[in-house]
Amino acid sequence: MKSRSAAAPFGIWMALFTIVPLAIVVWFAFTDQNGDFTLSNLSAIGEHAGAFGLSIALGAIATILCLVLAYPLAYSISRVSERAQQTMVMIIMLPMWMNFLLRTYAWMSILENNGFINQFLRLIGVLGEGQSLPLINTNGAVVLGMVYNFLPFMVLPLYSVMVKIDRRVIEAAQDLGSNGFQVLFRVIFPLSVPGILSGITMVFVPAVSTFVITKLLGGSKVMLIGDIIESSFIGHGANYHVGAALSLVLMILILICMAFTSLVDKGEDEGGMMA
Amino acid sequence: MKKIVLFLLSGMLVLSLSACGNGQGGEGKTPQSNVTLNVYNWGEYIDDEDFRVNDQFTKETGIKVNYKNFTDNESMYAVLSSGAANYDVIFPSDYMVGKLIRENMLAKINFDNVPNFEYIDESLKNPAYDPQNEYSVPYTWGTVGIFYNTKYVDAADLEQGWDLLWDEDYAGKIFMFDNPRDAFGIALAKLGYSMNTENPDEWQAAYEELARQKPLLQQYVMDQVYDKMINEEGVIAPYYSGDGIIMMDPEEGNPDIAYFVPEEGTNLFVDAMCIPANAQHKTEAEMYINFLCRTDVAKANAEYIGYSTPQTEARAQLDPEIGQNPNFYPPEEVLENTEVFLTLPDETNALMDSLWMTLKK
Repeated sequence: MKSRSAAAPFGIWMALFTIVPLAIVVWFAFTDQNGDFTLSNLSAIGEHAGAFGLSIALGAIATILCLVLAYPLAYSISRVSERAQQTMVMIIMLPMWMNFLLRTYAWMSILENNGFINQFLRLIGVLGEGQSLPLINTNGAVVLGMVYNFLPFMVLPLYSVMVKIDRRVIEAAQDLGSNGFQVLFRVIFPLSVPGILSGITMVFVPAVSTFVITKLLGGSKVMLIGDIIESSFIGHGANYHVGAALSLVLMILILICMAFTSLVDKGEDEGGMMA
Repeated sequence: MKKIVLFLLSGMLVLSLSACGNGQGGEGKTPQSNVTLNVYNWGEYIDDEDFRVNDQFTKETGIKVNYKNFTDNESMYAVLSSGAANYDVIFPSDYMVGKLIRENMLAKINFDNVPNFEYIDESLKNPAYDPQNEYSVPYTWGTVGIFYNTKYVDAADLEQGWDLLWDEDYAGKIFMFDNPRDAFGIALAKLGYSMNTENPDEWQAAYEELARQKPLLQQYVMDQVYDKMINEEGVIAPYYSGDGIIMMDPEEGNPDIAYFVPEEGTNLFVDAMCIPANAQHKTEAEMYINFLCRTDVAKANAEYIGYSTPQTEARAQLDPEIGQNPNFYPPEEVLENTEVFLTLPDETNALMDSLWMTLKK
C-alpha cells in the first residue's frame, strides 16, 4: 500500500504528460480538419518515404559510430580509480551543460569552407589558397553533429553497467587462461549488453527524429523526417493532422527498430550462454 | 475540434501557471499601474540596451512588461491559436496580420488612445492586409533585396536582377532563404508573377525555378546568413534590408558587403503591432503601442533594430547615413515596384508547403 501511494505522483505525471499527449497524437493522426475519421493523413507517408529512409540511415550510422567510440571509452573509465572516474564522467557531461544549438553552431564554424579546419589545412600547406575540403553542408556533417551531440547518451549507460561488472569475474576468466580478447568478448561484452541496448535507444531515437542539425550543418537542402514534422506544425500550410500521422509512424518505426535490437540481443545472449 | 483538445491541454498549463502566479487577471480594470502587460515580440526587436524601452515604459506608467520572444510568424501563430498564453501586444508581419484578422483573433484598436499614430508614414497606413487600418499599427518595415560582396561579384552582373541568384559563375557561393514564402516570392518576382498569386501553374513554374537554382546554392539559410556573409563563406544572399546594418557594419560586419533591390520588383514587408482578441489589458496595450510610436522611443528602436521605422519624425531625427540611406528608405520608384505579402488561401499555402518539401527531397 505504501509503495503504491509513493508511485502516485509518477502515475499522475505519466497520465498527464505521456498518455494524454499520445492519445492526442493518435486522435489527430486519424482525423481531418473537421474532426472526421480519415486514413488520408497516413497516405502522406508515401510522399515522405525518402525522408524516413534517410533519417533512419543517418540515425543508424550515428548510433553505430557512437557505440564504436563510446564502448572503449566507457570501459577505460570504468577501470580507473573512483576519483578519476568522477572527473572523467564530469568531462563527458560538461558539454551537455551548454545549449544544444550553441554546440551545433560551433561545429558550423569549425567545418565551414573558411572555418578552423580548412584554415588550418591552408596554413600548413595541405590545401592551396582558395581551396577547401567540402566538410559543411554534407550528410557527413549531419552525422558528425548527431554523434557529437548524442555521444554522452551512449557513454553514460555503458559506463554505469560496466562499472558494476565484478572485477573478480574478469580475474577468474584470466586465471582460467582467457587472453584479453576472450575476456572482452566472452565476459565483458555479454555483461554490458543492457548498457549497449539502452545506449542505442537513447542515441538512435533522438538521432532519427532530429531537426535543426540538418539546417545548420547539412545546408538545409534535404529535409529529414524531423524537419518535415516540424514544418507540418509551424509551416505556412501547417497541418497538425499530417504532422501527427508522421510522428505516429516515426514512433512505430522506432519501436520496430528497438524490438529488432532486443531480438538480436536475446539471440546473442543465448549463444553466449551456450558457448 | 482540434482547438478544443489543444485548449484542454493548454488549460492544464495555464492552470498550473496561474496557480503559482500573482493572480493578475482579476485586478485589471482601474488601477492601471498594477497591471502586467504581456508582450510577444521578435527576438532582438526592441532597444533593451541604451534607451531600455520596456524599463522606460514601466518607469513612466508603473505598468510592468512581461516581454517574450518568438522566432517566426508561424510559431507565434501556433502559440496564439492554441490559447496556451494570453498576450496583450503582439508583433505579426503583414500577411500574418491578415490571417489573424480573417480568423477573428485580433481586437480592433481604439485609435483615440494611440494619438501618435499621426506620425506614421501615410504610405504605410491602410495597408492591403488591414484595408481600413483598424487592427494594426506599423512597427518596422523594409524590403527584400540582394546582399553581395563587392570583392567577388562583378558590378555588371547586378544588371541581371534576381537572375543573379541563378548565375552559374557564382555556383556554390549563393545562399537562399530557408523559408518557403520568401523563397517562392523571389522566384515569382523573377518570373514577373505576383508574389500573392493563387494560380497553381505560376507556383509550379516558380518551383521549377527553385529546383533549377538548388544545385547552385551553397545552402538555404536564415539568420546564419550574417556570419556566412561576413566570413565570406558565400558572396550572394537575398535577405531583409534592415539586416544590412549588421552585415555591413564597418567593425563587426564586412565593409565589402553591399545591397541592391532588383528592378523586377520585390517584397515590402511590415511588422505591425496588434492586440489579440483575448487580450486582458487592452487599454494598457494601446498605451504601450502609443508609447512605441512616440518619437524618442521610435528613434531609439530604429537605431537599435536597424529596420526602417514608419515613424516620420523619428526618421527625420536619425543620422542621415541611415535616415536618408536608399537601402533602408528606398526612393519612390523602388517602392512603387514592391508588393506586400497578403494572406494566401489555405489551398495555396498547402500547395506552397508541398512544393517546398518536394524541393528539399
